[in-house]
Amino acid sequence: MKINDVILETVTRIVVFIILTFGVELFLSGHNNPGGGFIGGLVLSSAFVLLYLVYDIETVQQGIPFDYKKIAAFGVLLAVGTGVAAAVFGVQFLTQTASHFNLPVFGDTELSTVILFEAGVALTVVGVVVTIILSISEDV
Amino acid sequence: MLTITIAILIPFLAAILVPFIYKRVPSRNVGWFVLLVPLALFIVLARFIPAVSSGETYIHTIKWIDSAGINFTTYLDGLSMIFGLLITGVGSLVILYSIYYLSEREALGRFYVYLLMFMGSMLGVIFSDNLMVLYVFWELTSISSFLLIAFWYHRKKSRYGAQKSMLITVSGGVAMLAGFIMLHTLTGSFSVREIISTIGQYTGESLFLLAMLLVLLGAFTKSAQFPFHIWLPDAMEAPTPVSAYLHSATMVKAGIYLVARFTPVFGGEAIWFYTVSCVGIFTLFWGSFNAVRQTDLKALLAYSTISQLGLIMSLFGLGSAALNEGYSADSVIYTQATFAALFHLINHSTFKGALFMVVGIVDHELGTRDIRRLGGLMSFMPVTFTIALIGSFSMAGLPPFNGFLSKEMFFESMLNVRNLDIFAMGTWGTLFPVVAWIASVLTFVYSMIIVFKTFLGQHQPARLDRVPHEAPVGMLIAPSILAVFVIGIFFFPNVIGNYILRPAMAAIYPPFEGAEGLVPYIVAWHGFNYMPLLLTIGVVIVGGGLYLFLRYWRSVYEIAPFSWTLDRLYNGILVQAEKGSSHLTRFYMTGYLRDYLVYIFAFFILAVGGSMFVTGTYLFDLSGDAPITINEYIFVFVMMGAGIAIIFAKSRMTAIILNGVLGYSIAIFFVVFRAPDLALTQIIVETVTTALFLLCFRFLPEWKKEKTAPSTKVINAIIAISVGTIVTILALTVQGNKMFESISVYFEDAYELAGGKNIVNTILGDFRAFDTMLEVVVLFIAGIGVYTLIKLKARKGEKDVEDQ
Repeated sequence: MKINDVILETVTRIVVFIILTFGVELFLSGHNNPGGGFIGGLVLSSAFVLLYLVYDIETVQQGIPFDYKKIAAFGVLLAVGTGVAAAVFGVQFLTQTASHFNLPVFGDTELSTVILFEAGVALTVVGVVVTIILSISEDV
Repeated sequence: MLTITIAILIPFLAAILVPFIYKRVPSRNVGWFVLLVPLALFIVLARFIPAVSSGETYIHTIKWIDSAGINFTTYLDGLSMIFGLLITGVGSLVILYSIYYLSEREALGRFYVYLLMFMGSMLGVIFSDNLMVLYVFWELTSISSFLLIAFWYHRKKSRYGAQKSMLITVSGGVAMLAGFIMLHTLTGSFSVREIISTIGQYTGESLFLLAMLLVLLGAFTKSAQFPFHIWLPDAMEAPTPVSAYLHSATMVKAGIYLVARFTPVFGGEAIWFYTVSCVGIFTLFWGSFNAVRQTDLKALLAYSTISQLGLIMSLFGLGSAALNEGYSADSVIYTQATFAALFHLINHSTFKGALFMVVGIVDHELGTRDIRRLGGLMSFMPVTFTIALIGSFSMAGLPPFNGFLSKEMFFESMLNVRNLDIFAMGTWGTLFPVVAWIASVLTFVYSMIIVFKTFLGQHQPARLDRVPHEAPVGMLIAPSILAVFVIGIFFFPNVIGNYILRPAMAAIYPPFEGAEGLVPYIVAWHGFNYMPLLLTIGVVIVGGGLYLFLRYWRSVYEIAPFSWTLDRLYNGILVQAEKGSSHLTRFYMTGYLRDYLVYIFAFFILAVGGSMFVTGTYLFDLSGDAPITINEYIFVFVMMGAGIAIIFAKSRMTAIILNGVLGYSIAIFFVVFRAPDLALTQIIVETVTTALFLLCFRFLPEWKKEKTAPSTKVINAIIAISVGTIVTILALTVQGNKMFESISVYFEDAYELAGGKNIVNTILGDFRAFDTMLEVVVLFIAGIGVYTLIKLKARKGEKDVEDQ
């Protein structure tokens, strides 16, 4: 089904990038401010959902040729993998660590292994939500 | 030593890599890559032989759930080394063989993934020192063998065999788990080594006996002892390399390993002695008795494996008697039985592996394994015939093959039993050698059937679909190597005895360590007056006679009432269980969503409301609450309005949007109460689910008012009101009750402990990361579930796989 809605399409073109940026911002700032992997992932997937609602599936698929099932699987593996990686360093499963670095542009930045774990969560959320919505909408 | 831990994990890692390699290289070459894994592991293990034979053991622990005593501890001693060498050694040969056996059209990637998984789990079973880890690997072998047996899953028989083996071995495994937990309760440890070192203190306890029987149940189901042997013949539906591997060298030997490993724990108990030796000897007889009547070569080998496993098992049972007396010159003689068991274990793997491969070659080249259609193949397949000859003569216990040595030791141990004056063996002891001898005669008969009915006699081209010819060289390499071992071990048995069996004996008899006579010097020739030799000669004479006159006495098998077999019992139980569960399921699965909600809510009302009512814990205390502002009143009324409006909504759209109002209002409440994380989540979840609802409901028919009976309406109303009331009371009561000290103080240190200022996020990512991780996994499974339910429907006209 093709919706011919110029206003919605035009707005979406801009808004999607705002949502995506917002999602990434939420994801990155999650450790100290509201946000995190789950919310970030949800925001990102809502951007994708908006795209799919406004344009049709084929068009979006041409632009973003991702297999969302694989994204979800990769996310789960990443989340579990960070836990296992902790065991390799001889600490308990899922132990996370963080420390401060002085980066050239960003200045004093905190880098934490939680970000990897959260990235896994975010990818899983994006993958699963879009997979579910695509499967249901394609099932006619 | 970390090496052993890594050795367990390598097959699993390789299994992960296989699908990637499978895509990139010609599928036949995948096998060569896989072959590297067991070969490398075999070399690594072989390098340990000198150290282990001089009495060294290696242990390595990775902490897992330390507080519960569950750690990933690997332990390498003589006993686990034998099994490790068999698993990797025979594994290499089996993979080499399968490269030539399986056609490129088969799903080779899948096959090798399963095989590597199986190999890894077997290594896990034998190297684990921790009982819980051992159990996990134990069940993993059941699962991976299930996948292997069902490799040709489009065949009904394969599925049946896989299910049967899975049901029997897994239920035995669960019993074993219960036994392990009892052992833990008794000894306070999950470590096998620690249990062995403290075991003397617990022998009298009743839990000890129960634990022993449960552990034995696990061992018996796994190594196909009577009456659990029925799964093994059906498991022969697997591809032949799998049969050669699982059913000659590895999976069935896991049960043997368990018995050997636990001999120092339970050995010396009369019940252990009797159960293991009697079940073993009966299985020996029953397997050999049934093997003779088989007409399918693979089924014959299956029963012969059952029988040989029984032999090994009975020897372990007899050998355990030595632990009852403690070390003395008299008791050392009984340890010979255990030595014979270990020796025969190795021999059996060599000759049975070779025989399985031979049968596979016959099947591969001629397309049949039916003895009645085969015959006269000797001139067409001389090499195969030679290997078959070596294998079956070794199995029959003839010189100059390794089976002869272990068979003689077996007879000697059985004769020694008569002199055992513990456990009232004086009266029953004579039965053992008698049964053993009869079973050996039958073993001789079926060994002769394998080689002579297939390769000698009349060639029947009319009954064969293909012209027989020798197998390709690649397929002959693996069985030839095994055949070389069969002969080699006969001439140099003491190499194995000293370097491989000696440390294993020390592991089974820790109190006897270093004792004289624990490892006998194996000789093939004891002189003419040697009783076992006379018995062997008797076996050959009587067995030869029975083989020649087979068709005259074969009718013996028709006498027994065959409607009373164990297979029939198993099938009966299966059918009844299916019927019963389908009745039960049909009773409550009505197909109406309303009914399911009624169950759920009724349970909620009874469990939560009932317990609140009975214990009187409801409380209505508003004194500690903050005052309600005017804004909050407004939002509450908006929500109430939306909630009531849903009931009167005329279309689905309206209902969905009103439902959205509820969700967004809750989000506003989160904002008001300063929970920005939750508010964000709530808003986005609400948006996405509303979009989802809209997508689903677009395809649904118009919303019509249903006509429901007044009684249903009343019930619905009662349930709805009760649930609402209970939830309200619950929410209010939670406010006033403080049974425990609040743990929120702990999370206030989030910044120091986890380096994050956002408490919610540190809880999700650091403090309770395990929850989050599992939630992600659940989410993923749910997503894949939705996808498969919707996408992977059988196309129209496509035949259901199960019908084939």
